[in-house]
Amino acid sequence: MNIFIQMWRSLFRTGVTDSPVHRVFRVVVNFSLHLHPARVSKNGIKTTYTFCLGGLNVLFFVMTAITGGLLMIYYTPDVDKAYANMLDLENVIPFGTFLRNLHRVSAHAMVIAVSLHMLRVFLTASYKSPREFNWVIGVGLLLMTFLLSFTGYLLPWDQLSYWAVTVGTTMAENTPIVGAKGPFSVLGPEEDMRFILLGGTSIDQPTLIRFYFAHCVGLPGALVGLMALHFWRVRKAGGISRPL
Amino acid sequence: MLKPLVDDLSETTVSRRRVLGSALFWASWGIVVVILGVIGGGVLRCLYPRALYEASKIFKVGSPESYKIGSVNLVTGRGVWIVREQEGFYAILAKCTHLGCQPIWYEDQQVFKCPCHGSRFHKDGVNFAGPAPRPLDRLYLSLSSDGRLEVDKGKTASLDYRLKA
Repeated sequence: MNIFIQMWRSLFRTGVTDSPVHRVFRVVVNFSLHLHPARVSKNGIKTTYTFCLGGLNVLFFVMTAITGGLLMIYYTPDVDKAYANMLDLENVIPFGTFLRNLHRVSAHAMVIAVSLHMLRVFLTASYKSPREFNWVIGVGLLLMTFLLSFTGYLLPWDQLSYWAVTVGTTMAENTPIVGAKGPFSVLGPEEDMRFILLGGTSIDQPTLIRFYFAHCVGLPGALVGLMALHFWRVRKAGGISRPL
Repeated sequence: MLKPLVDDLSETTVSRRRVLGSALFWASWGIVVVILGVIGGGVLRCLYPRALYEASKIFKVGSPESYKIGSVNLVTGRGVWIVREQEGFYAILAKCTHLGCQPIWYEDQQVFKCPCHGSRFHKDGVNFAGPAPRPLDRLYLSLSSDGRLEVDKGKTASLDYRLKA
């Protein structure tokens, strides 16, 4: 019997004694409760102030991450297989269409929610001191969201993907300084921004694998890192902004 | 009366220990920056492959007789049109000058239309509608030693370039 008590104690360190001190202690030592601040201003939990937009972004990100992970099981970033894999997901794999649409709709919703979140932060002037730099991190998160959408666009490897990425990477070719055809360009067509993106001079296997890596590893990693910084700074700035 | 030199120095100079310490401090940071620079440069360099497994820019497109006068022929998989006119041949790069999509040739209307943003080009590749800023690129076309037409996608030619064959 002792062993079970010991196991229980190892999981829940505070015991069961109910007193105000224990309640606070339980909040402090518990990880999932620690994610929320111990004290929240009345204003911070008012729905019409935040519209839960930041939280919705986290929800949509978690949705895309989970559905994306499941999609990875059936997807091969190979130009001969990618399109067929996508069709298999649509027609052969149970709930495959549902999975793809969940991923797609969550991604769209994330772009919308990020924009609305920025609008809310702007209208409530929450970008002001001490939160200026957190706005900058937010712009980074917006950029990551857009890049994730863009890189994910190529992966089905159909006509829409191919020509959409043709258009996008040709725009990269016209970037100032680092694009071969942009203003003040210093790099040639085989060393510019477009070349790095494509891994060559045309959209082919090297492009697909680069976009796959960026979409599944690079960008989500950067996004999670920035998100951690973003939330940490919200907490350090004294929680969600409030009227002065 | 002369003041002792040592007093003077103690007023205006820093100690040897501090100079060396500071030098060591900045040298250490210098080493860190150099190492990070080398790693960063290496990562950047690794994005550029040494060899590309891409189709050759120079390729043959058949004998001149296989093209009818007045016809526009897409070389499938190469993204090039071979046009034969009364005065000779020319090759057009099938890449819209707006954002790089492949236009489609409409034989009945004698016009190239880009499906992406609606740019239109005459048969000679000159743009007349839509966002395309300049005519389609003309490619260098020559006759190889075996009598077949040869396109070089790496070389562009002027708009009045014609190959007589």
